[in-house]
Amino acid sequence: MKHPRRVAALAAVAALALAVSGCGSSSGSGGKKSAAGFTAPDVPMAKKLGTKEGAVSILAWPGYAEDGSNDPKTDWVTPFEKATGCQATVKYFGTSDEAVNLIKTGDYDVVSASGDATLRLIAGGDVAPVNTSLLTNYGDIRSFLKDQPYNSVDGQMYGMPQGWGANLLTYNPDVVKPAPTSWSSVFESSSPYAGKITPYDSPIYIADAALYLMNTNPDLGIKNPYALDKEQLAKAVAVLKAQRPQVSEYWSDYLKQQQAFESGDSVIGTSWQFIVNLIDADKKPIKAILPDEGSTGWSDTWMIAAKSKHPNCAYAWLDYIGGPDGNAASAYYFGEAPANTKACDVIATTDKDPSFCDTFHAADEAYAKKLWYWTTPVSDCLDGRTKVKCTTYADWTQAWTEIKG
Amino acid sequence: MLWLGVAYLGALGALFLAAFWTTNEFTGDLVKVFTLDNFRQLLQLPVYRTITARTLGVAVLVTLVDAALALPVAFFMAKVARPGLQRLLVIAVLMPLWASYLVKAYAWRGMLSQSGPLSWLGISPGYGLTGLVVTLAYLWLPYMILPVYAGLQKLPDSLLEASADLGAPALTTFRRVVLPLVFPALVAGSIFTFSLTMGDYIAVKIVGGPTQMLGNVVADNYGVANNLPFAAAYAVVPVLVMLGYLGVVRRTGALENL
Repeated sequence: MKHPRRVAALAAVAALALAVSGCGSSSGSGGKKSAAGFTAPDVPMAKKLGTKEGAVSILAWPGYAEDGSNDPKTDWVTPFEKATGCQATVKYFGTSDEAVNLIKTGDYDVVSASGDATLRLIAGGDVAPVNTSLLTNYGDIRSFLKDQPYNSVDGQMYGMPQGWGANLLTYNPDVVKPAPTSWSSVFESSSPYAGKITPYDSPIYIADAALYLMNTNPDLGIKNPYALDKEQLAKAVAVLKAQRPQVSEYWSDYLKQQQAFESGDSVIGTSWQFIVNLIDADKKPIKAILPDEGSTGWSDTWMIAAKSKHPNCAYAWLDYIGGPDGNAASAYYFGEAPANTKACDVIATTDKDPSFCDTFHAADEAYAKKLWYWTTPVSDCLDGRTKVKCTTYADWTQAWTEIKG
Repeated sequence: MLWLGVAYLGALGALFLAAFWTTNEFTGDLVKVFTLDNFRQLLQLPVYRTITARTLGVAVLVTLVDAALALPVAFFMAKVARPGLQRLLVIAVLMPLWASYLVKAYAWRGMLSQSGPLSWLGISPGYGLTGLVVTLAYLWLPYMILPVYAGLQKLPDSLLEASADLGAPALTTFRRVVLPLVFPALVAGSIFTFSLTMGDYIAVKIVGGPTQMLGNVVADNYGVANNLPFAAAYAVVPVLVMLGYLGVVRRTGALENL
């Protein structure tokens, strides 16, 4: 070697690496025990509200916090800023994993978290319990969205519900004929649309395959697509591996999916009402249905970061987005059932769409229970089985890499 | 020099260090306890070998395509073109470097689309490995042309004339005189095309369809799955590959020619 000094430096770095990695970290004790089998760390909850800080940093699913930059007519962030004096900055994320990762940076005050992120955020001490008595609009939230296993621990709420909806089977009606009626159109092994199928790019998509198996292969005994033992996971992975050669691309960036549908590079796959609306607005052929066998879906909750630098503005945002106007605007634009009972009236009057809430079954608790909301898979089986250990999200992440190959 | 050491080796050291940690499965928090699990997983699971092999294959292919394209272009620039045209061509080669990487990658997304210009010509590779190789070869081509052009400029015209005088046909002159002398420049260019391809993960997302490259797995583990330790462990692989490659290159003496 030409540079002995550099070698010495490298050796020193390596030695340091070994020395530091020897140190363990200790986890905090105390807090509440949740049903999912973890202990929520003690994060202080706000007792009362103070002066607003003048700014709030929002981490949201695309379409949840429109400030007019996508479409000047679509703007419910500016009214909030005018009313509260909290200047909002909005960052959109594409997957729950991305949200969990971003909130850990400490740069964000609030986040719209789905059920596959909420418990991870609570358990990691990344979000604070929410004092619902400080939220004037909390009383109008539908009761079947309050104190749920995915947004509360031991009766303590961790946020303001936003709304819920289903992942939709979306297709280009000019190409896909006859119209699909079931998820088997994207999972069957020799699809006429091979090479143009677009699944969602996240390990949580394994649940879609599990749901498909639940309906087509009852012998496997899948009762909940998020509670899969090793064998069931292997079967779901096999379905996705068979789908893999027929995939045009896995999407997580909604703009890229929109473009792929519009150019015809993708013609069928999983999508959200919000993206369908965008494609529709461009006058391109698109249709979305909720197949009879049901679907996976989401139930989102706005949460406040434990490290929030603007907690008072964060509370103001939660109150606004869960209130009749904010909730109506965001749920209407995104295309989901709003959490606030009064939002339906607002949509009926301002958006002139009285049937909206019926379409999305907003008040229909039984229907809401039929959807399989994104939930973090944990080793204690969510379907109540105690004899077997279920696969965890880490297993799913691993499997997802192998599926994509 | 010290600053460089801290910024560069320090970052690499931190990366190497993180590769021996792990994360809490549920919350994703770092667990700073020494473990070799990440490396064990890397070696044991076939999927990572496949991805590494695919990445290496793409890197080699992109390098070969670029070398094949760069040689005639650089030869024309250095030996055939008049000095005025020569300057113009150098600017033309450098020009694409002024545009943003993303703009160029998205331009290829449009080109490769099934309703794009390439499909009008009857060629529609779609998004996937082929599209990826084409896009990356386009992106890195200037990095190959420039060193080869510089190498050819240093090649005295008299050698070509001497070879012709001795009765060698053009192809023999190319094979026996030009290629050996310009080889170090080709190798120098290949360092760029090879290493840039090894690390790319954005073009794959734009034109690669469902394809995964090494960079994607690293980026997904860090940015999506929040598994920094595994990302760090996998990132050690391209570092080792590049060290090995540079070791081989050093033996050819190409580094002295840079």
